Amino acid sequence: MTQTQIRIGGFGGQGVILSGIIIGRGAAIHAGLHATLIQSFGPEARGSSSSAELIVADEPILYPYVKDVDMLVVLSQDAYARFTPALKKGGLLVTEADLVSVTPPVPEARHFVVPATRLAEEIGRKIVLNIITVGFFGAVSQLIPLEALEKAVKESVPPGTLDLNLRAFRKGYEVGLEQLAKVQASA
Amino acid sequence: MHADPAGVLTGAHFIDGDHACCEGALAGGCRFVAGYPITPSTEVVERIALRFPEVGGVFIQMEDELASSIAIAGAVWGGKRAMTVTSGPGFSLMMEHIGFAIMTETPCVFVNVQRGGPSTGLPTLPAQADMMQARWGSHGDYELIAVCPNSPQECFDLTIKAFNLAEQYRVPVLVMMDECVGHMMERVIIPKPEEIEIFPRRWTNAPLDEYLPFEPGEDLVPDMARAGQGYRFHMTGLTHDEKGYPDMTVTGQARLLGRLIDKIKKNAAALTDVVEDQVDGAEAVVISYGITSRVAQKAVQAVRAKGRRVGSLRLRTAWPFPEHLIRDLATKVKVFIVPELNFGQMVREVERCAQGARVVSVPHAGGTVHDPAIIVQAITEALR
Repeated sequence: MTQTQIRIGGFGGQGVILSGIIIGRGAAIHAGLHATLIQSFGPEARGSSSSAELIVADEPILYPYVKDVDMLVVLSQDAYARFTPALKKGGLLVTEADLVSVTPPVPEARHFVVPATRLAEEIGRKIVLNIITVGFFGAVSQLIPLEALEKAVKESVPPGTLDLNLRAFRKGYEVGLEQLAKVQASA
Repeated sequence: MHADPAGVLTGAHFIDGDHACCEGALAGGCRFVAGYPITPSTEVVERIALRFPEVGGVFIQMEDELASSIAIAGAVWGGKRAMTVTSGPGFSLMMEHIGFAIMTETPCVFVNVQRGGPSTGLPTLPAQADMMQARWGSHGDYELIAVCPNSPQECFDLTIKAFNLAEQYRVPVLVMMDECVGHMMERVIIPKPEEIEIFPRRWTNAPLDEYLPFEPGEDLVPDMARAGQGYRFHMTGLTHDEKGYPDMTVTGQARLLGRLIDKIKKNAAALTDVVEDQVDGAEAVVISYGITSRVAQKAVQAVRAKGRRVGSLRLRTAWPFPEHLIRDLATKVKVFIVPELNFGQMVREVERCAQGARVVSVPHAGGTVHDPAIIVQAITEALR
């Protein structure tokens, strides 16, 4: 049995939970996998800490919480400090370029930096930062097929925002693939 | 009878247990919900409030839990399938009206998304510490039915089942979820309406002047009258006779209470709903329910990998307790291990039925689930 434990952390209002839902939905509904998502958030709706615990597996998931993280995505400095200690050696680490300073660095992590804020500004709406990150994560993790994730994006965003979100998702995926190719070329 | 297509969201969904419970209620024919939103059950009524206008249902956010739990009784006698949804402190406040529903044989559903207690306790974290309150929380003597889902899928399935059992036995049915199952998102498959069985309300065909509201059929359950068709009768929480009039005598009490208890007790075998896994030939059997059953299963797998014969018995129906099953198993296994997110509640029932077999409680104060290693250790020590 293969099981991947994923943690996505940031602050309330960034769409951290929605990112987890999209990845979980892509896995459980469109990729024939099992997924269990647990969310935790601070008492306030915005600005406090927010994180999604997601397990993706090829058989039913029994223990529901994430303990040893295989893949970590962080969109805030607080999340970086809180969650990197649980990242497994050799695990995947995705940090946001402008929101997270990688100090202290995590040795032995497969580290990628997503310029999500900058890309979102280029697209014209800062709010799609999370969808760009989902696309980027999809590319560098290679966990769930692109089509499955894209279907999940379509089902998860408000109807009037579909084009915007799909552009964001594809941009994130494209930039992720480029970075992955660079790493693979240098390996 | 099958589910009304209007309420059934056929397809594969990635939703949490609270939302799945809401969809189960809709599929199960529920068209009236009264509630006083409380964490971690709020998402159930949030979705109900969103979905009900699409199916002609009525949701009322009441002033408190007492009002919520009695409003549903009114809706049921008005002809609807109804439920209320709560957690922790709210469940405590609803106890009186659970008793009222039992006494008046009002078919209804109470959902309790369990959180840590007592009092305000841990609003956002799981526990399974209301299991005995579910059974004995209202005053007086009675029997009722309680189900325990261990996944969002089962929150959907068992909520439908709860509505069906409520109608069949005319008793309140409690859906005993927990915060973990309620807030956990997983795939939930909602079948087509024609694949969902619905137990319809037991409407009477009796002529208007011959109808006795509390005269039972052979299965000890009386039929209900459709409001507005001209049936007139009296309904009370007092001990009553077949006409519904107060009958506060020793024989009246023995007759009514005996029947209310027997209609469940005599059907305990039919009401038993367990999932057995490698129980035959096991040295030890782990008995669990709700979210703990998943963690327990992980522990059971780990112990089996070391070559020990460990079975697992999961209660999907906690009340009535599957007494006959445990008594029978007790003659075959050495030890029962009972992990639960409380300091030992359902384990008391296991002890009562275990006869010669040993019983090991694996308690937990709540706030999270057991570490599977703790259950592994308990099983291993029990087998030593």
